Amino acid sequence: MKYIDEYRDADLAARFSKALKRITTRPWTLMEVCGGQTHAIIKFGLDQMLPEGVRLVHGPGCPVCVTPLEMIEKALEIAARPEVIFCSFGDMLRVPGAERDLLRVKAAGGDVRIVYSPLDAVTLAVKTPDRQVVFFAVGFETTAPANALAVHQARRMGLTNFSMLVSHVLVPPAIEAILNSPGCRVNGFLAAGHVCTVMGVEEYYPLAQRYRVPIVVTGFEPLDILQGVLMCVKQLEEGRAEVENQYSRSVRSEGNRAAQHLIQRVFQVVPRRWRGIGQIPASGLGLRPEYAEFDAERRFGVADCVMEEPSECMSGLVLQGLIKPTECPAFGMRCTPDHPLGATMVSSEGACAAYYRYRGRCAERQA
Amino acid sequence: MTDFSLSCPLPLTDQKTILMAHGGGGRMMQRLIEQLFAPAFRNPILDRRHDSAILSLDSAAPRLAFTTDSYVVQPLFFPGGNIGTLAVNGTVNDLAMGGARPLWLSAGFILEEGLPTETLQRVVLSMREAAEAAGVQIVTGDTKVVDRGKGDGIFINTAGIGVITHPLTLNPAQVRPGDAILLSGDIGRHGITIMTEREGLSFESAIESDCAPVVEPALSLIEAGIAVRCMRDLTRGGLASALVEIAETAGVTIRVREDDIPVRGDVRAACELLGFDPLYVANEGRFIAFVPAEEAERALQILRFHPLTAQAQRIGQVEAGEPGLVSLRSRVGANRVVDMLSGEQLPRIC
Repeated sequence: MKYIDEYRDADLAARFSKALKRITTRPWTLMEVCGGQTHAIIKFGLDQMLPEGVRLVHGPGCPVCVTPLEMIEKALEIAARPEVIFCSFGDMLRVPGAERDLLRVKAAGGDVRIVYSPLDAVTLAVKTPDRQVVFFAVGFETTAPANALAVHQARRMGLTNFSMLVSHVLVPPAIEAILNSPGCRVNGFLAAGHVCTVMGVEEYYPLAQRYRVPIVVTGFEPLDILQGVLMCVKQLEEGRAEVENQYSRSVRSEGNRAAQHLIQRVFQVVPRRWRGIGQIPASGLGLRPEYAEFDAERRFGVADCVMEEPSECMSGLVLQGLIKPTECPAFGMRCTPDHPLGATMVSSEGACAAYYRYRGRCAERQA
Repeated sequence: MTDFSLSCPLPLTDQKTILMAHGGGGRMMQRLIEQLFAPAFRNPILDRRHDSAILSLDSAAPRLAFTTDSYVVQPLFFPGGNIGTLAVNGTVNDLAMGGARPLWLSAGFILEEGLPTETLQRVVLSMREAAEAAGVQIVTGDTKVVDRGKGDGIFINTAGIGVITHPLTLNPAQVRPGDAILLSGDIGRHGITIMTEREGLSFESAIESDCAPVVEPALSLIEAGIAVRCMRDLTRGGLASALVEIAETAGVTIRVREDDIPVRGDVRAACELLGFDPLYVANEGRFIAFVPAEEAERALQILRFHPLTAQAQRIGQVEAGEPGLVSLRSRVGANRVVDMLSGEQLPRIC
C-alpha cells in the first residue's frame, strides 16, 4: 500500500538499526511524546532494534490517558441524561471514571455514540433538533482544528442543540513539565509529527535551547521512528541540542496557518489538569467567552465537579517516562484491559495497553 | 508546575450488567462462557468446547455434528451478502470445521413489528440460495414477532446437523508441535464491509464481505487423506482470537509471520484509517487449518484448487514453547505477542 509499505521496509529498518549501533557510544534515554508512536514502537518491536544503551520511554501524548477524572465524570453525568446524544471518539468509551465508564452508561440506557469526526456530531444535531447533541472534544493540537471548525459551523448554522465538552491539551507545556520534574531522566525527545503538522516547529526552539535537549519532530511509521531515534542520538553524541524535522513530508516549519487561525478564533489557552500528572499551567485549550454558549459544562451545570483521584495505579510515573509499564506491580496482575486501574491500560495509544497487547505475559521477560 | 500526583481511579471490577463486549468474541465473552454457561450446563460433550458438539448414538453409526448460532447484523443487507446468507453460511461453516458434512438446518426468525414483508422475502430467498449452494436443507423453523422498537428488523437463529464420515477427530487438543498453520484466504473483509456500511464511511473502492460456505475446500482436505488436526472459522475476534484460543487449549506456542497473512490493500487502508488491526477484524468465509508439516504443501495445493481458497497461505507453525503464546513476526522483522482483545476494537482518536 502506497505511503505505508515504503515506511515499513525490513531492509531499511535493519540499516537504520546498524547505523544507530555504529554511532552510539553511551546510554541515552529518549522519550517519544505521542501515544501513536508508542503504539508503533511496541507493535512493530522497534525497541528490540535499538542498541542496548538506547532506551525509549513513553510520554504523555495519549489524549485518552491524560483526560482528567473529573472530566470523565462530567462526561458520564451528561451522557446519562435522557435528552442527550453523547458523541465521542471510540477509545474514550472504555476509560474508567470513579465507578463506571461510557459503555456502562450506554448499557444503562444512555444514548452514547461513536463518531469519526466532530462534524458528524454537528450533522446529527441538525437531524435531531429535539435532542441535545454533545461532543466530547479531547485530544492534542491535532484534533483541535476540526473541533474548532465544528463549533464554528454550529454557530454559523445557529444550532442551539449542539455543545462541546472540551478537554484539549497542548504538547509543549507537557514537555516542559517533564523537563522540570525532579526525577527527569530524558536526554532527548521525539516530538509528535502530526501535532507539528498543525502547529509547526517554532514553539520547540526555546525548549531545546533552555533545557539543552535535542527535539526531533518524528512521524509514526517504523522507519520514521527509527530515523527519528538516529537523528536524536546523533545530536546527543555530537553534543548538539537542536530542533530537527524528520517528518518533513508532512511538517512545515510554520505549520498550517489556516488551522492555527481557526484554533485561535474558537479556543483560548487555559490551565489544565492532566490525569495521573497534575495541574500544568497554560497546558490546555478551552472555548473562548464568545463561544461560551457551546460549552457543555455550562449548559449542563457540571462545571463545578472536582474529584480527587484515589492512589491506586502508577500511570503518572509511566506518563512522565519515570517507569516502564512493566515496572508497575499491578501490571498484568490487578490491572488488565478487562479491568483497567488507569486510562493508560485502556486506550489503544496508552503505553500500558500497548505493552499488554503486544508483549502479553512475556512483557516482563522482554522488557 | 505544581506537585505531581501519581494516582488513578479505582477499578471497575464487577460486571453487573451485560455489555456489548460480552458478545464481541474476545476475553469478556470467553469469561462469560467459562464462568456462567459452561459450569451451568456442564457435560462431557459441551466440555470439549468446539464449534460443534460431536454426537454418537452407538459406535457403529457415523458420528453427528450439531451446532447453533444467532445472527443480529446491522445493516441487514451489505455488499457481498445479507443476514440470511450469514445465517446459513455461519452455521454450515461451524459444522464443516468439525469435519462434518452439513445436512440439515433449522431457522428461527424473530421479526420486528413493521418490517416490510418484501425485506423478509429477500432474506428468505437468499437463505434458500445459500442453502442450495452449501448442499443443506432447511427442515424446520419458527417465527416470532416482537413490538416495534424491541428488535432490529430481523434476528435469525439457525441450528445445524452434519454427518462425520471419516475417523478423524478435529479439535484444538489434537494440535501438536511441528504442525503447519494454513489460512484459507485474505482476512478482514467482512468486518470492514459492515463497519463502512454501518457508519456511512466511503472509500474509493468497494469492499465486499467474504461471506461464503467453506464446506467444499475444508472437507476436501480430509477426503484427500490429510491428517487435519483442527480447523477453525475466523468470525468475531478474527484470526488473532482464533489463534490464541487454539494455542491456549492445545497448550502450545504458535508463531506466525505478518508478511504471509494476506490482507487486501483497501482493507488495510481502511484499518489504518480507523486504527484497527486486521488480525482482529471479523470474517465470514475464512478458516485456518492445522495440518502435519509434511502434508502442508499438499494441503495448500488442494485448497488452492478451489476458487474460494485459491489464495490460501501457510502462515506459521506450532512449537512446543510457552503454552498459549501466539507470536507474530512483524513486517520490519521484530516479534510481538498477539493477545485476545477484551471486547470489540474501537476506532481511535487520531
